[in-house]
Amino acid sequence: MADEQVAGAQSDAPDILVRVKAVDKVFKRGSEEVHVLGGLDLEIPRGEFLALMGPSGSGKSTLLNLIGGLDRPTEGQVEVGGQRIDKLSNRKLASWRARHVGLVFQFYNLMPVLTAQKNVELPLLLTPLSRSERKTHAVNALDIVGLANRNKHYPRQLSGGEQQRVGIARAIATDPTLLLCDEPTGDLDRKAGDEILDLLQALNREQGKTIIMVTHDIHAAARATRTLYLNKGQLTSEPIE
Amino acid sequence: MKYLYLVWSNLKRRKMRTILTLLSIMVAFLLFGYLGAIRQAFSQGVDVAGVDRLIVRHKVSIIQLLNESYEPRIERLPGVANATHQTWFGGIYQEPRNFFAQIVVNQDEFLDFYPEYIVSDEHKEAWLATRTGALVGSGLLKRFGWEVGDRIPINATAWRRKDGAPTWEFDLVAVYEGAEQGTDTSQFFFRYDYFEESRAGGSGLVGWYVVRVEDPDNAAEVAAAIDNEFANSPAETKSEPEGAFVQGFANQIGNIGLIMTAIISAVFFTILLVAGNTMAYAVRERTNELAVLKAIGFTDRGVLGLVLGESLVLAGIGGVLGMVLAWLLISMGDPTGGSFPTFYMPADSVFLAVLLIFGMAFVAGILPALQAQRLQIADALRR
Repeated sequence: MADEQVAGAQSDAPDILVRVKAVDKVFKRGSEEVHVLGGLDLEIPRGEFLALMGPSGSGKSTLLNLIGGLDRPTEGQVEVGGQRIDKLSNRKLASWRARHVGLVFQFYNLMPVLTAQKNVELPLLLTPLSRSERKTHAVNALDIVGLANRNKHYPRQLSGGEQQRVGIARAIATDPTLLLCDEPTGDLDRKAGDEILDLLQALNREQGKTIIMVTHDIHAAARATRTLYLNKGQLTSEPIE
Repeated sequence: MKYLYLVWSNLKRRKMRTILTLLSIMVAFLLFGYLGAIRQAFSQGVDVAGVDRLIVRHKVSIIQLLNESYEPRIERLPGVANATHQTWFGGIYQEPRNFFAQIVVNQDEFLDFYPEYIVSDEHKEAWLATRTGALVGSGLLKRFGWEVGDRIPINATAWRRKDGAPTWEFDLVAVYEGAEQGTDTSQFFFRYDYFEESRAGGSGLVGWYVVRVEDPDNAAEVAAAIDNEFANSPAETKSEPEGAFVQGFANQIGNIGLIMTAIISAVFFTILLVAGNTMAYAVRERTNELAVLKAIGFTDRGVLGLVLGESLVLAGIGGVLGMVLAWLLISMGDPTGGSFPTFYMPADSVFLAVLLIFGMAFVAGILPALQAQRLQIADALRR
């Protein structure tokens, strides 16, 4: 079945990129069931910079994983760009992630054995681009994050902020629809964190990237166009007391 | 191919571990290649033995002689094209460690039976014209640095001369080359007429007969007919295909093939554990990275392929290095200084090595690869 034919494809309003409907997520810890998300609904318009806040264990990262197709809901639907990604096979979901999702991790998760450029090229390996085209795309992405001159450096030769920039370059190299950032400034000092937030803001404003950012940091959330709070598996638009 | 640098980079992650594993695999394949040449040397002649040739020897033992008169009787039997006799001389050239086969042959018939021995017309004529002439393999010529025209003295052990002299002297007049790689070029043939007129005893007796059959498919029936012809005589015969005869010779030392297989199996089993351990650690220590690869779009099968690819590159490099090193050592020559008539890496060893490389890569890598394939992204990223 073609991706476009997945159930629900025609139901999207054009400005809604992400639609989460009545999503439950239950984890099994031995014989115990942990309900992380319960009947959660969420709509994210295209081009939004959304911050997700909430206490530890509130389900922020779980929600992010569901939207990014890294995990599947126990119940409910997840649509991105009109596509029911919770219905896709593992193979198709992997292919969908490669085309539509850019991921930025708290601890960068770069391959220590690859240079910055080769790290950025990783998602491009899954595209039909030639070797020289992959290199061009990677260098362009590194240029956007201000690290074109560090392309031959290995992660250990870069500062935390620079490593996170490489992580962002890797995330945008394939020009994805959606950028998912899980505590992107969580491992950085204030200055480096601000630089990363500047970068994300610029990507949102200048390139129209839809960004969902999980954060504990209220200063980081302030950069977003909207902030939602997650507590006990439910979303609110008001901070949790 | 575009994933090769990723595979290669991962192998460089723990250089010392990779190098040690590569060395282990290399040593295993070095042993495999080198022992393959030794196995081939022990079974020398079996592969190249003529399918249309039978060896007829005394039923009791090869050292018991047969009467020269058997030849016309054998040739009269149905299915026999022709026959010729040969005799083991067993002399010593200078000192016992210079061992090589010296065989007395009927110079008029011999070369017709062995098309795998290539002799120039000039040398053939010289041999037929020289009563004391010797036909020598090119390998033997090289071993002792002989040249055509040399006089070769050989001390008798069993066959004394009529004149009481301990030494038989031969004129090196002809050299033969092998038509195939496995053809034995370490032998020394000389003429029966010279032997017969000069030996002190055993006149009219020969060592064995080489019989050429008209149809190799009927070799068994012809062999039975020959043995039946001489049944209940003072010298009963045992006839068998040349290949079986040569194999029987090799088996006097022991079942070399079985011994080699046992050694190689033990070595490969150990190396398999080493390589498997390396791959298991390589996957376990980068669970998070494999999860990231999956997160950015690598499929489960893609990750499985990457891990198996690493295993294949490891086994491939180690295997090829080992086989090349074995080939170089084999090229340096017979390690016994001449006891092996032929010493080379047989083609089946190379083919088996390729199979072993793929087999080792698969067995060592499949469990870690499946583990990587089954990795749940969200779980692995939390670790």
